[in-house]
Amino acid sequence: MVELIQISPCAGLLPITLGSVTLDEQDVGRLTSLSPFGDASDLSAALEKAHGCTWPKPNRSTGKDGGRCIWFGRDEALLIGPAPDMGLAKHGAVVDQSDAWAVVSLAGPGAVDVLARLVPVDLRDAAFKRGHTVRTQVMHMNASITKLGTDHLMIMVFRSMAGTLVYDLKGAMAAVASRG
Amino acid sequence: MRIDCPMCGSRDRREYYYQGGAVMLARPAPDAGEAAWDDYLHLRENPAGETEELWQHDGGCGAWLVVTRDTVSHEISNVALAEDVKRAMRKAS
Repeated sequence: MVELIQISPCAGLLPITLGSVTLDEQDVGRLTSLSPFGDASDLSAALEKAHGCTWPKPNRSTGKDGGRCIWFGRDEALLIGPAPDMGLAKHGAVVDQSDAWAVVSLAGPGAVDVLARLVPVDLRDAAFKRGHTVRTQVMHMNASITKLGTDHLMIMVFRSMAGTLVYDLKGAMAAVASRG
Repeated sequence: MRIDCPMCGSRDRREYYYQGGAVMLARPAPDAGEAAWDDYLHLRENPAGETEELWQHDGGCGAWLVVTRDTVSHEISNVALAEDVKRAMRKAS
């Protein structure tokens, strides 16, 4: 048997700290795409029973570290953390996407200013509070951005774009840091 | 230019993909005849004024939208999910 070595999407690229902002890779566990068959209410009940988080409304997330569910598009949510309870499959499509996404966290005072250079959505606390999430773009990459706290954001892009994500964020971090 | 996505809210134009006139939602019956199919596939209105278009929010929620836009002023007067528009069309017919 060939021995395969598992490496994370941003292996060798992170962490980076520039100025007051730190970019680091996040190991969040399993990522599971959920799409309800019809109405999401049955899936929401099953989700709450098995993992303690309900079906999120558009642009919102539910749950907490280790069992989080974020809105991920029209009629789609992403369960982050636990291995999915197979009972969920009765109420919707359950698809493992753990290896498909690069997940990074951007944290520190000025994290929102860094993203303001790359993302066409207002991510400041007044408009985008803890637990809010958006599907949008980072430069030209489709991304999912979730606010975990003030100056603390989780950013996800397709795994194949991990290098580009780090490159773009690094450039924006350097630009913000140079302003002092 | 900004488009008010019914799911995501007001978003920049760069997140959207433009498909064309919303006529694609009104597909003729298979036996509707050559003229109807020729019209559906090839002929488009080119109005100076209000027009309905299909846009996809591909950089956001992924939904297809019917956007009512004035081609003279670029004012957008209505945005609806294509899913809802099609459902209403089915109900009406």
